[in-house]
Amino acid sequence: MTFFSHLKKAAIATAFVLGATAVHADEQYFPLQSYRVGPYAAGGTGFFGGFIDYLNLINIRDGGVNGVKLTWSEGETQYEVEKGVEVYERLKSNPDIAAWNPLSVGIAYAMIDRITDDKVPLITINHGRTDTTDGRVFPYVFPLLLNPYSETSGIVNYIASREGSLDKLKGKKIVVLYHGSPYGKETIPIYELLAQKYGFELSQIEVPHPGNEQQAQWLTIRRERPDYVVLRGWGVMNPVALKTAQKTGFPADHIVGNVWSNSEEDVIPAGDAAKGYTAITTQASGEQYPVVQEIVKTIYGAGKGNLEDKGRIGSVYHNLGIVNGILNVEAVRIAQAKFGNRTLTGDEVRWGFEHLKLDPARVEALGAKDLFHSINVSWDNHEGDGYVTFQQWDGKKWNVVSDWIAPDWRLLRPIIEKSSEAYAKEKGIKIRTAEDADAVVSN
Amino acid sequence: MAVQALDGTRVPIDWQRLAMPAVLIVVGYGLIPAYASSYLVEAILLPFLALSLAAVGLNLLTGYCGQLSLGSSAFMAVGAFAAYNFNLRIDGLPLPATMILAGISAAGIGVVFGLPSLRLRGFYLAVSTLAAQFFVQWALTKFGWFSNYNPSGVISAPHLIVAGFPLDGATGRYLLSVTTVIVLTAVVWRLVNSATGRNFIAVRDNETAARVIGVPVLRTKLLAFAISSFIIGVAGVLWAFTYLRTVEPAGFNLDRSFQILFIIIIGGLASMRGAFLGAAFIVVFPLLLSRIGAFAFGDLFDSGVLDMSQRIVLGALIIIFLIAEPSGLSALFDRLKRRIG
Repeated sequence: MTFFSHLKKAAIATAFVLGATAVHADEQYFPLQSYRVGPYAAGGTGFFGGFIDYLNLINIRDGGVNGVKLTWSEGETQYEVEKGVEVYERLKSNPDIAAWNPLSVGIAYAMIDRITDDKVPLITINHGRTDTTDGRVFPYVFPLLLNPYSETSGIVNYIASREGSLDKLKGKKIVVLYHGSPYGKETIPIYELLAQKYGFELSQIEVPHPGNEQQAQWLTIRRERPDYVVLRGWGVMNPVALKTAQKTGFPADHIVGNVWSNSEEDVIPAGDAAKGYTAITTQASGEQYPVVQEIVKTIYGAGKGNLEDKGRIGSVYHNLGIVNGILNVEAVRIAQAKFGNRTLTGDEVRWGFEHLKLDPARVEALGAKDLFHSINVSWDNHEGDGYVTFQQWDGKKWNVVSDWIAPDWRLLRPIIEKSSEAYAKEKGIKIRTAEDADAVVSN
Repeated sequence: MAVQALDGTRVPIDWQRLAMPAVLIVVGYGLIPAYASSYLVEAILLPFLALSLAAVGLNLLTGYCGQLSLGSSAFMAVGAFAAYNFNLRIDGLPLPATMILAGISAAGIGVVFGLPSLRLRGFYLAVSTLAAQFFVQWALTKFGWFSNYNPSGVISAPHLIVAGFPLDGATGRYLLSVTTVIVLTAVVWRLVNSATGRNFIAVRDNETAARVIGVPVLRTKLLAFAISSFIIGVAGVLWAFTYLRTVEPAGFNLDRSFQILFIIIIGGLASMRGAFLGAAFIVVFPLLLSRIGAFAFGDLFDSGVLDMSQRIVLGALIIIFLIAEPSGLSALFDRLKRRIG
């Protein structure tokens, strides 16, 4: 062997090692199917802004999750299913994907089969397909914190607490004003069930999409003289509802908004008419929480903030994005504790989400006390028993007006299981057991 | 031009003309399944094929028969939901039969909404076909039966199996799509070159003259609506089953109808090739722009700004195209060929 052949060998070996480390640089990638233009841009910019701000915070403040750097890139979907699928196909070729977060029911539906084949988690925080809560049938889909049925139960429990107790609901009259879309209709059977159970009178009225004309509906409401109106709106329908309510003389403080009718963007356009309006949320708004303060200081202080309008820091959608960031990052951290502080596979992150347990103490340690309550995800409960709270608009900002309220999960679970089992039968899916959930694909 | 001579003389086989389809078949069945990436198939070819087929259907009605329609996406919705229900409710129904039944359902609805064409023309007819658009979307949302009482009204595609072969993978769905498109395009091609096709053109060019020379105008119009809706309905099945794998009624809105109309206008009315060129332009070009934009300026602007500027570029290009060649991409293609050849 000559000196040069040794040298050559060494060079090749070095190149190999360098190449190998370059491939295995410890990173965890978040593909973002965001929407910053189109009719729902307000929600998209706030949510993805908060999510990116939190990922940035983890990278800058902590140097990543246990040294694993978080990366991401965005593709614009405009909230359209076709664009969402295209962006999914485009971004899925990236290595080290942790989880998908499309923030769109339609896109999430289209991705269920695909991400199940890929074995990568799909997160639909506060929305999504209700029966994906059943992790036995949907191993990779997580409607974290709040699915539509729990939201319904939370709203009814809140109205009961305002009346005194659940027994006081008897004989009361509630009108649900819902958006004329699949999203709006999803809770019709649950309101009916709860009306039967608690003995309140119920009337559900549809507002055709997009809902910028509601005179007829509110005249009906005036005739019916309900005690409460639940607003299950979306986009422009919400301010129009509040304004029309004012015109027909229905008091705003007896209107209760659902989780997609709870943002600043829903009430500010309604002006005075929104004063006193109350809405459900899983995460309080405001920037007084330590984690939001750190984002203001570390990220916006360094000019790296994602929101163009700094006035929106701490708004409902921005804080939802931050909470979503916390849940994603903690799932990765929990999975790392089991599998090692390295880049994880999608299936390992799935295991992390299925063990995502953040009690109020841990939430406080994360700087999010009072921002959200807690979460307790398990292999068969992919929602994680999120608590809800209610906030009232005073004309300038939202103020929290209730304790953390627990939806009646035990009542809802059999209905969810019935639906998911029917889906499993229709699609020929084998129902998962706890052992299946512990078998993790690592490579 | 693709519009054929009306005297019906037989022309000897032109081997040069057969070369092009032969190349397409080799590419479509050989090279693409073997080498195409999943992105190319899932994000580009599947929507391209479904929209091309819808455009072929609409072109038959609008381009050849002269009946302007804005109901295309309603007929796609009928096809998609009919296929879902036939598949769900009739056990063991083979997929091709499901697709044919879905097409027939769409044809039925098409004929009903084609009835106004007997009295209305042009823009008035276009407006009356809007009724189909609104009615179908309303009915599909209103009656839970159509989506098997799924609470949110969204259907998801069943397993695709043809003659025992599962076609759920990207390649399988692609092959199903491409075969359906080729078969139906061939049928339409044959049709427009037949006596019926000549009746279509006669009705389009001058309804009164057509009536005078003995063309059954009413029957011809309804036939055009039926066949066109059949094809658009099958395109809807492809859209729902092979491309998106899930469908909600709102996915088939007026925008989609306009999109299909623009495809045939940009591609070239009354031309088979136009439907495909137009669909390619509408599907592929925005993606290309977005990829180039993201690659060149991705670090400078956020995705929203990029998306907006792409729309401006796309809009400007469409205007330039139409000024330079009002008969569409198909005519432009011919001119290019003449220049080169």
